[in-house]
Amino acid sequence: MSVAGISRGSVTAEPSALRRRRRRNTERVRSVLFHACVVAVLAVVLYPALWMLMSSLKPTADIVGNVSLWPEGASLDNFAKALQGIGGVSFWTFFLNSMILAVASVVGIALSASVSAYAFARIQFAGRSVWFALMIGSLLLPIHVVIIPQYIIFNNLGLVNTFVPLLLGKFLAAEAFFVFLMVQFMRNLPRELDEAARIDGAGHVRIFISIMLPLMKPALVTCSIFAFIWSWNDFLGPLLYLKDPSLYSLPIALRLFVDQTSTSDYGAQMAMAVLALIPVLLFFLIFQRYLVEGVATQGLKG
Amino acid sequence: MALTEKMTDPGVRSTARSPAAKRRRAAKRRRAAETRAGYAFLTPWLLGFVLLTAGPMLASLYLSFTNYNLFAAPKWVGLDNFQLLFHDPRFLQSAKVTVTYVLLGTPVKLISALAVAMLLNNSHRGKGLYRSSFYAPSLIGASVSIAIVWKAMFIDRGIVDQVGQFFGLGAGGWVGNPNMTMPMFILLTVWQFGAPMVIFLAGLKQVPADLYEAASVDGAGSVRKFLSITLPMLSPVLFFNLLLETIHAFQIFASAFIISGGTGGPAGSTLFYTLYLYQRGFVDFRMGYAAAMAWVLVVVVGIITLLFFKTSKFWVHYSGEAK
Repeated sequence: MSVAGISRGSVTAEPSALRRRRRRNTERVRSVLFHACVVAVLAVVLYPALWMLMSSLKPTADIVGNVSLWPEGASLDNFAKALQGIGGVSFWTFFLNSMILAVASVVGIALSASVSAYAFARIQFAGRSVWFALMIGSLLLPIHVVIIPQYIIFNNLGLVNTFVPLLLGKFLAAEAFFVFLMVQFMRNLPRELDEAARIDGAGHVRIFISIMLPLMKPALVTCSIFAFIWSWNDFLGPLLYLKDPSLYSLPIALRLFVDQTSTSDYGAQMAMAVLALIPVLLFFLIFQRYLVEGVATQGLKG
Repeated sequence: MALTEKMTDPGVRSTARSPAAKRRRAAKRRRAAETRAGYAFLTPWLLGFVLLTAGPMLASLYLSFTNYNLFAAPKWVGLDNFQLLFHDPRFLQSAKVTVTYVLLGTPVKLISALAVAMLLNNSHRGKGLYRSSFYAPSLIGASVSIAIVWKAMFIDRGIVDQVGQFFGLGAGGWVGNPNMTMPMFILLTVWQFGAPMVIFLAGLKQVPADLYEAASVDGAGSVRKFLSITLPMLSPVLFFNLLLETIHAFQIFASAFIISGGTGGPAGSTLFYTLYLYQRGFVDFRMGYAAAMAWVLVVVVGIITLLFFKTSKFWVHYSGEAK
């Protein structure tokens, strides 16, 4: 590796080998710099999440004001307390309620959005462009303009304190984002497929079920993941419609928990916060490709 | 359609049995069948749109001209609610808080998103993992869990307080200090820069590399390249992000509710627009008033959207073929 060793080598190969090595070195330095920069930013960004996770293992007295991530005297006591639930309702009841709402949302959105999107993407019918424009317009509409009359209607129908107000919209494709995403996806599928099927005498129902649905799997998966996570994290809907603690979904149970324990028990609060996020984090770990690609191509929100 | 047919071909009736007429009639029948099929497939969305969006919108427009408390019949009061709004100090406070949040939080969030996207836009290994990791906060940032964590971090004697004191800032948490709650919420939204970052990254990938090469040959520095190539090429994506993030920011609710315990305190410093709307509608049961607030929000968001589209031709560049 000495300089003498290099200079004794072949005269013609020497300069280019040196240059190559130097280039490789600068590349390596640049790569180290890049990773150092990104990891530094990432450490700051992920710190709150890690702090939450680690705090959930610490004794309450050791949480507030403790910058350190390392849980001294780590234990699962906080989780035991969180799992007991609130006011005689077990944590698992809230968990089950959240799960029912999220799974039903996924089913509702996958069904209603795909059927409606097929009409927009593949059927030429009178008035289509008007409805399409209205659908796009509703993408940007603040939901607050509809929640008051919706509440009044559901209240008059005696449906407050049931899951119906939270799920009806999912089965009626009220979240236009999903319809829009599926329309965009379907438009990129080759038209030759369904034209060939039409010539063979297949109707729209046949084409939709046996040609479109199988091809739409990626869009259906993306929509399902987001439908699940949005339902799981939803706060305003359950806050308005669920009054009986045994019907609470996790976010409002969490809020009740915080109100009741006030500032005294941060450990249990952190543990319950962590438990409430576990399904979302699992989805993230398993489907991160779909999630990130979905955001990149469709501009979906988190 | 029927009118033009008659005009171009006055002999339709007399030559009803001609092959051309038969074809026309078959086409018409097919079109009618398509329309029937179209509406059949559209039914779920159409029902949802009429029952859950358009109908309630009209209903809340009507309610905004009434006093309604959910128990007695709505009482028509004309423009009273709207006049009251603009003399209601808490409404004005909520508008101020929300506009401040939108105007400060959204640009900082998007600048962070663009900066990290440019940092990640290269061929180093591990990029996908980094991208996903930065995106993660966007998924959970608006949840109740994170609001609880945020509050615990920024509370009196909390970790932010400790670190702040180390750097010579005054003691006392941000949660209870009306001057510091806004920075706390801005940090919370900036923390979720991952979603716009992913969109920026997708946009950066579309910028042709030969543009940069040509600029290098011409001796352009990196600042020049950023201003003359990256920004214009990225402007459609920037437009999309800016519009969506702005509209989104107006509607912040769960975090404000949790961190302030539903009150909007201290001193109204976290009284975001939707929080005040919720208080009016569902705590005080002044639903007409809340409906008026909702319509003001719709009009404001509508005007902003319109401004975005109207001004887009001055700052959004679409290269190549039209989309």
